[in-house]
Amino acid sequence: MITQPDKESVNNLEIRLREKKKEGKKLLVCYITGGLNSHWLDTLHAVADAGADAIEIGIPFSDPVMDGPVIQKASMEALKNGATPFSILTQLSKTDAGVPLAVMTYYNLVYRMGEERFAEQLLKSGVTGAILPDLPLDEADNWIKVGESSGLATVLLAAPTTRDQRLLDIVAKSRGFVYAVGLLGVTGEREELSESATVLASRLKSHTDKPVLVGVGISNPAQAKAVCQTADGVVVGSALVRRILESENLLAITEFVKGLRESLDNS
Amino acid sequence: MTTDSDYLDTAPRKSQWMQSHLKEGKFGDFGGQFIPESLIPACNDLEKAFYDAMADDAFKAELDHLLHTYAGRPTPLTFCANLSEQLGIRLFLKREDLTHTGSHKINNVLGQALLAKRMGKNRVIAETGAGQHGVAAATAAALLGLECVVFMGNVDVGRQALNVFRMKLLGAKVVPVYSGSATLKDAVNEALRDWVATVETTHYCIGSAMGPHPYPLIVRQLQRIIGDEAREQYRENTGDDPDIVVACVGGGSNAIGTFAGFVDTKSQLVGVEAAGGAAMRNGIPGVVHGMRSRFLQDEYGQIMEAESISAGLDYPGIGPEHAYLGDIGRARYESVSDEEVLDAFRVLSKTEGIIPALEPAHALAYILRAVKNKEIVEGQTVLMTLSGRGDKDVSQVMDILDI
Repeated sequence: MITQPDKESVNNLEIRLREKKKEGKKLLVCYITGGLNSHWLDTLHAVADAGADAIEIGIPFSDPVMDGPVIQKASMEALKNGATPFSILTQLSKTDAGVPLAVMTYYNLVYRMGEERFAEQLLKSGVTGAILPDLPLDEADNWIKVGESSGLATVLLAAPTTRDQRLLDIVAKSRGFVYAVGLLGVTGEREELSESATVLASRLKSHTDKPVLVGVGISNPAQAKAVCQTADGVVVGSALVRRILESENLLAITEFVKGLRESLDNS
Repeated sequence: MTTDSDYLDTAPRKSQWMQSHLKEGKFGDFGGQFIPESLIPACNDLEKAFYDAMADDAFKAELDHLLHTYAGRPTPLTFCANLSEQLGIRLFLKREDLTHTGSHKINNVLGQALLAKRMGKNRVIAETGAGQHGVAAATAAALLGLECVVFMGNVDVGRQALNVFRMKLLGAKVVPVYSGSATLKDAVNEALRDWVATVETTHYCIGSAMGPHPYPLIVRQLQRIIGDEAREQYRENTGDDPDIVVACVGGGSNAIGTFAGFVDTKSQLVGVEAAGGAAMRNGIPGVVHGMRSRFLQDEYGQIMEAESISAGLDYPGIGPEHAYLGDIGRARYESVSDEEVLDAFRVLSKTEGIIPALEPAHALAYILRAVKNKEIVEGQTVLMTLSGRGDKDVSQVMDILDI
């Protein structure tokens, strides 16, 4: 793997997140839905400029079982607008947000295209990580191999219900970061930070020096800060996408991401 | 996932053949456990609980007792004298329409509800299309004192209002699902979303032979009583096995239960899908709802909406064991149009005095066509599973048919 700080390494999910972690920074990964509207690439840049360390691009799927109402709505709108894996990746290949990109999508889209080809298309478009919430460890052998040989970081998810032995396997095989699902439930904003988020982050941290990021249910700067007492960072999706759905105005997006950034930097 | 498929029989007769083709949760390339990480421990626990229960004589006795004294098993095998004469074949119906709640779904829910109790889970959730599984789940929950929530696509809530009321009467909560096509596949999505959040206290009672392992196995084992009984009854009656065994397929639970009884005989197995939801004929391999199987999907892998007159078959996929049986050529899958189904619905009502549900009317529609086309020839013997009765469909058909 390349180690000099050229553009490629700046945009590499695994390298970049590890570096930031080493610098003592808490990590902020933001999720936006690809192809949501005509100016979604402007949103991408705005989120990057406001301080995200990496950005997850959701490639919309017709049957998103891990997603709550907000991401479901965004996915359906993007599909209605004609978004496809190809259109999203083609658009991404023509831009550089200056931060690493990962995609989050569902396995059927990968399966349809073929695992090797999908990984190749991602890397060609400047995407260096992938998160597939319906492809658990047991079914991911080949996908993990594809990641190893191509250099695509295959991020694995751990859940509050994951038992210890399995947790070890997940942290061993996850690349980029380890995604700690903060609560039992689908994506969406929650009033309170779930206790399970901290518990899982701490379990994971005791097994790995890979960045441990908590996602699902992280809704505001205070929750992000609180969970980062334990975790290395957070993934924020629904809270951001709701704002994107509510307003064309990028300022609200920028303000929200800046708020998260500041909160994490002061933690 | 445990290492292999210790065969566990809920029926008196063992089928070595069905035992051998499930390996590590897969039927050939199909099946598997493609689910969010949160659900993995629950599916593994369920697999273990199911194996334990099936090895426990007390559990099996309790289930048998309920099937016998509550569900009304065994169901009869009816020889259709009038229709047989008209068609020049010998047609037998396995009468799942005569069970309590009016469809084969009761076989599965009684087993799963007992299993839920055994695992200490006091809440069950279910998806439903036509409402038959929802009604069955609500019934079992009422009987065994479990809380029950049923997810149902809003389109289906509209066209199956009677079943919605029945579920409520039975004490279940019915949650209309508005996302996607607002039919069965979306109800499955919503049930999965609920389960991700409630997995520690809730059992997801899947109604068809689909979903992540071990569901396709559990549902097949709980439904194989249809095929095992039918085979025994048919042999008693004729001393032989039928030439052709036919059942309708949405996800495929009554068909897989029927086929399980005949897969190691000479009988041809035919599954009949709705033309607008023909995942075997028009679907391609994909991974949705926890399983690798065949699905109607576009070139990118977006799942398409199934469309048929029958809410129970409005599913763009099919259970993984069917995908496997089709691929290896042991079973054949046909599809029929809504018009053919309505015709069959009338034919059975008028000639035999049996009003079928629209779902098994698909199976009969195929038989009528196959006789016409001489795919089924004079003198052949046909056993068809009549998976449910037509009461629930009468008001819908009343709007279409002019009698």
